[in-house]
Amino acid sequence: MLEIKNLVVQIEDKRILNGLDLTVHDGEIAAIMGPNGSGKSTLSYVIAGKSDYEVLDGEVLLDGENILEMDPDARAAAGLFLAFQYPLEIPGVASMTFLKAALNAQRKARGEGELSTPDFIKRVNVAAANLEIPRDMLKRALNVGFSGGEKKRMEILQMALFEPTFCILDETDSGLDIDALRIVSKGVNALRATNRSFLVITHYQRLLEHIVPDSVHVMSSGRIVKSGGKELALELEANGYADYREIEAA
Amino acid sequence: MSAITLMKTPAETALAQAFESAKARLPGDVESRARAFEIFNRNGLPHRRVEEFKYTDLRALMQVAAPAAVAVSPEEARVALSEARAFAGIDVLRIPFVNGYLVETALAFDRLPEGIDIVPLAGALASGHDWLSRLSPVHWARENPIYQLNSAFMADGVVIRVTAQARSPVHLQFVTTGTDAVAIATRVLVIVEPDATVTLVESHESRDGTAHQSNDVVELIAADGAHVRHVRLNAEGDQVMALSTLAVKLGAESSFNSINVVTGSAVSRHQVFALFSGENSTAQINGATMLKGRQHSDSTLIVEHGAPHCESRELFKTVIDDDATGVFQGKIIVPPHAQKTDGRMMSAALLLSEGGAMNNKPELEIFADDVQCGHGATCGQLDEDLLFYLMARGLPKVEAESLLIQAFLGEAVEFVENESFRDALIAHVEGWLAARD
Repeated sequence: MLEIKNLVVQIEDKRILNGLDLTVHDGEIAAIMGPNGSGKSTLSYVIAGKSDYEVLDGEVLLDGENILEMDPDARAAAGLFLAFQYPLEIPGVASMTFLKAALNAQRKARGEGELSTPDFIKRVNVAAANLEIPRDMLKRALNVGFSGGEKKRMEILQMALFEPTFCILDETDSGLDIDALRIVSKGVNALRATNRSFLVITHYQRLLEHIVPDSVHVMSSGRIVKSGGKELALELEANGYADYREIEAA
Repeated sequence: MSAITLMKTPAETALAQAFESAKARLPGDVESRARAFEIFNRNGLPHRRVEEFKYTDLRALMQVAAPAAVAVSPEEARVALSEARAFAGIDVLRIPFVNGYLVETALAFDRLPEGIDIVPLAGALASGHDWLSRLSPVHWARENPIYQLNSAFMADGVVIRVTAQARSPVHLQFVTTGTDAVAIATRVLVIVEPDATVTLVESHESRDGTAHQSNDVVELIAADGAHVRHVRLNAEGDQVMALSTLAVKLGAESSFNSINVVTGSAVSRHQVFALFSGENSTAQINGATMLKGRQHSDSTLIVEHGAPHCESRELFKTVIDDDATGVFQGKIIVPPHAQKTDGRMMSAALLLSEGGAMNNKPELEIFADDVQCGHGATCGQLDEDLLFYLMARGLPKVEAESLLIQAFLGEAVEFVENESFRDALIAHVEGWLAARD
């Protein structure tokens, strides 16, 4: 379970989040929608622990523990996973080397033993097959020369491998064609579980046809301004964000 | 105008005294040694007002001259070699040197692999061996003061002649031992005859805490159609001053590739002088340097395309931590007749600390009009966004940094074809990174 209470965040003296409250329960898929510049990506980075942001107030509790003072690697070990909107290319680091180092670092932090190489390879192969990721892609440097769709599939592969309890998908649908969207959504849906929750950040209702949310929250000017069920996404698709901008302006 | 007489520094005075007392016992022709020393002595130790030494001021860096080394006892040599770690366990033809002297007992001259002949340098100098007429194949080296000092002081080394495809790599293993600082001067000449092939590996090791001074020269002649792979590792102790020169003359249709990996020495300068003397040849010259503390390391390179249709690639990577200083000076020279030259040089530095410094000086001198040449130099820090990405995947900061540093250096190391040597170099890099934690 993730609880965000009165989160106030700024970057270089510019206030981005203004007292944001949000609760996502175990097993829940929550969607955040909102116009450009409403602070959606900032929220995902702050939860994951990017140091560029200054947290002025509030708490982020992961299963009851405030994670804001933790380094990003400790948050990952605690069960947090952020699927990046723009996954980074890391020349010279083979995807398999990276996956193994990351998985073992998380296991070590949790006091679990390292995975044996055959065991590791077996897990990667299963996850890769589900996401239609070819073997040779894993031999290449991480994300280098990957298409937009391949990069997003690689993110979901990591999500499947690390088995986090709380997953943030930051505009995972951006830059995906219909087939890639289907594969990625299938991968995410396969990971739905009673002890795992998701925060899906998106501009468009399209993704939510594939990953059906339990709740939808509208974000504007750094706050949640409306919450509802999955039907709220359809309403937004029909009417746009204009109504919520007016709420802010009033 | 008044004549200016430069004051000799204590190190220069000591070098002159050392030469006077050593010249009688050094092998070979005293006159040619004296000429070399005289040329060196005219200008003394090069300093920052000498363009090639602007960033490595030897007059300032070399405060004292250590006494010339003498050969250690067979027992001391055996112990020193048993402690050497570089490229251990790899099947090679090992040519060991302790304190600059060939350990002849460790080398089975009568059971050399097919296609390889070896003559100890001291003996060759004393007897005036035929092969020595091929010493000093590259003029850029002859004009260099470090090389001139080596010509004056060289006490031992080997001449290697390769006449076939040498199956076994040749390992020139240099180990310096003892707690009193000594000065070492070795010279190795490698003659690779037409269509012959050899892999040459060099390691330089000593313990921390003793300020040995080494001046090692490797000269290599690759005849037409010859192919030479070269791997060099500087794993010297933390007080050592290591000066080294690699002079390479390449015939037609030949290929040469070389990497110098540096983690050792307080002060090091590795000079490469490569000369293309025949068409359609290729050279790849790489460096991977990792510095910490107050280390100073200089990679200086001149590649002369003395023939048309040759290709050269130079890639130097430097990682600088703490208050260390890196230097890269590279020059590609293309004379008027060297049309269709293809030369590319790149130096990239990664600064891990506030106090580190990198001096990059890439140069092109092009006198031909139908060539492709380029050079680049970068200095940067670890990318914060990449670090965040890796940490968000669970890697602690130090591990994330290590992965990125390894990736940065990897580009320079990965072209080493021989898996055993490549793995040994990567393990050496990993050892350096692990010591950072």
